[in-house]
Amino acid sequence: MKFNFTISTGSKVAIYKQITDQVWMAVATGKLAVGDQLPSVRALAEELVVNPNTIAHAYSDLTRDGLIEARAGRGVFIVQKRKVYTAEEAWRRLEPLLDAAIGEAMALDFTPQELKVAFDQKLDLWTQAKGGSPDHE
Amino acid sequence: MNEQPVICTRDLTRYFGGKPAVEGLNLEVPRGSVFAFLGRNGSGKTTTIRMLLGLMQPTRGGGTILGHNICALPTAARARIGYLTEEHQLYGWMNVKECGDFQSRFYPRWNEKVFRGVVGHFHLRMTARVKDLSRGERAGLCLGLTLAPEPELLILDDPTLGLDPVACRSLVESMVYLTRRSDRTIFFSSHQLADVERVADYIAILDHSVLRACCPLETFRNSVQQVRLRFPGAPPPLPEIPGLLQAFRAEGELRLTCVHYNGATETALRALAPEQLELVPLSLEDAFISYLGDRGEKSFILSETEAEL
Repeated sequence: MKFNFTISTGSKVAIYKQITDQVWMAVATGKLAVGDQLPSVRALAEELVVNPNTIAHAYSDLTRDGLIEARAGRGVFIVQKRKVYTAEEAWRRLEPLLDAAIGEAMALDFTPQELKVAFDQKLDLWTQAKGGSPDHE
Repeated sequence: MNEQPVICTRDLTRYFGGKPAVEGLNLEVPRGSVFAFLGRNGSGKTTTIRMLLGLMQPTRGGGTILGHNICALPTAARARIGYLTEEHQLYGWMNVKECGDFQSRFYPRWNEKVFRGVVGHFHLRMTARVKDLSRGERAGLCLGLTLAPEPELLILDDPTLGLDPVACRSLVESMVYLTRRSDRTIFFSSHQLADVERVADYIAILDHSVLRACCPLETFRNSVQQVRLRFPGAPPPLPEIPGLLQAFRAEGELRLTCVHYNGATETALRALAPEQLELVPLSLEDAFISYLGDRGEKSFILSETEAEL
């Protein structure tokens, strides 16, 4: 099965980021599974008509984040996600996400109490969807 | 990067009757890059390209192309450069094959396979007369004539000008294909920011004859950002903000477009005591228009060195 990437120009999201987002999303929704192969940098560049360096940038980010792995002479594959961030770095990345969500919610006049309830409900849904076992030990 | 740039100019300047067309241009184009040369109509792009190719003498300053002085470019070096002009000048009475045969005599390294490949990509028949070709087909033929000598530096002056979307895409596809040879440099001017976003890894921006940016495309995108400030009532008057490009004032909201947004900018903005401060990324087109728009200050220049700070 071949996974189809799509990109759009004129977006607020840079093309390399559109590609990494799509891989993350495809893995999260099961469209891509561990062991699936991605096209080579050159092949994807020519298919999407973008500079190969853009694809290389996306693949290098995905490799850094432990989602894909290049195997010499064989290609690029989805691998089991490893924990690659230090605790400190993970927190650093989490904080702006929380700030953005809370800021928007406050602007929509939600009370802190309402937010806590909403957050817990969402969290339950996510952990159920993942089979009840959260990723981190 | 310690390798010598393919194009390097110092203080390159050209006046037409006392008016500057290009003023003090310091440009560096790295080998192997796809380099987009941007700017509004009449900002000096074509004049720059003509000086780079030795087709026009600079009033002041100079530069090198493939390591040779642009004012004394040897024929052998010229043969390593492919130049596609805006106008696509061809002899109307020739057919496609005759154009190729004619051009090939000037180039010892002519590759007929490349010529036929490009011409085929644009669906041209070898027997078609030039005068009967559409604009897109002429562009395809010119591209074939430019690429067949396998130039290591390709200079394209607004290659997609006046082409329909399908012909445009064919041209951009050819550019991506050309990066297969990793030491080949493509320097192109364009107004099509969607194409630039697809293929460019570096950009330079000329504005009213002066260079305002010369950096990786991504650096440019990361450097121009919009910040939205929300206030309970009317927004306070704006103090001096470094790198401010544009400011929009609305009911309870200030929307600022800034270049080099950093900690200092944020401190200055936080001092206005907004209820909320939010950074919003911009599309390449919006960033470009803000950057060249009429409002805001213009004393800065984006360069690679600055971006590393």
